[in-house]
Amino acid sequence: MITVAVDKDPEDARPWIELARPTHPSLVDVDHVVADLYNMVNVPEILWIDEDGRIVRPNDVAFGDDTWRSLTGFEAAKHANLLRAWVKGESPALTAHEVQRLQRLPSVADQLARAEFGLGNWLYHEGRVEAARPHFVRAGELAPNDFTIRRGTMPMQGLSSSGPEFVKMVQDWQAAGHSYYLPLPDTAPDSVPRW
Amino acid sequence: MGLPFTLINEGVAQVVQASTGADGTVLIPPADIEQAMGWLLKPEGFCRDGQCYPIPSGSPVAGEHGIDLIAFASLLERPLAVDVAESAAFIGTGATRRAEALASLQAPGFTLPDLDGRLHSLSDHRGKKVLLAAYASW
Repeated sequence: MITVAVDKDPEDARPWIELARPTHPSLVDVDHVVADLYNMVNVPEILWIDEDGRIVRPNDVAFGDDTWRSLTGFEAAKHANLLRAWVKGESPALTAHEVQRLQRLPSVADQLARAEFGLGNWLYHEGRVEAARPHFVRAGELAPNDFTIRRGTMPMQGLSSSGPEFVKMVQDWQAAGHSYYLPLPDTAPDSVPRW
Repeated sequence: MGLPFTLINEGVAQVVQASTGADGTVLIPPADIEQAMGWLLKPEGFCRDGQCYPIPSGSPVAGEHGIDLIAFASLLERPLAVDVAESAAFIGTGATRRAEALASLQAPGFTLPDLDGRLHSLSDHRGKKVLLAAYASW
């Protein structure tokens, strides 16, 4: 397992990593490089990569346990069971055709949003916090589907990522007919709680 | 003639000279584009590593006052974010390039630090099944 904390500061990720006491690489991705490379639009997101470096399960949603199940609808066991079967060699992963069919590929707007995020992120880390803000806002407008940007930049905009602005954002998103999480069909919740 | 301007390209911030306008124009000398990004302006267009982007006739990208950054990014089909007031711009990776890489199913490589600052690459794990899991404190 390789975990990637899509966080603005390694110190934000530290408590989680130290709690887990992992034997696997726990990496920190302050520039959202992995989110960009893999077109990740929220957390948690996972992918399976085989021994030859091929994607055999594209972006899916998988929680480590059922702590958030009442809020998200996700049963951790669904993905965990599939993962265990693959790792043990009991079940194959998806075929190349299935992976390509299920992949969500980035749009021009998604990449423009990531450029605006990248500029805001650089300004923020240069200490130019107020100058960064309009770029985070613009990025969120360009890619309203990308919560690594819309929620992920809230701490850099002086907002709580679990406060009223966040709750309203999810409510508005769901009310417009969108899903906050984008699981694959075999890990999707039977019903998704509305916020 | 220009003032210091930061170009963030492929994650690396480079300082170039630029003339900027109130209309958002950013003009950079060809030598600075070459030094910062590796693209050389030749008669056949902008070239790097044996690949060239021809310049369409009438394009404002390479004028007498320098390379127009917005037109240049457009020519390369790369997304651009500019902040003239902050003298900075970020050039990202184009959607086509990202999408083609993902659709090839070859997992894009990356190198990132752990909490101790030690670098780890996806390629370190070739030969094993990998679960790549992204999460965040937010």
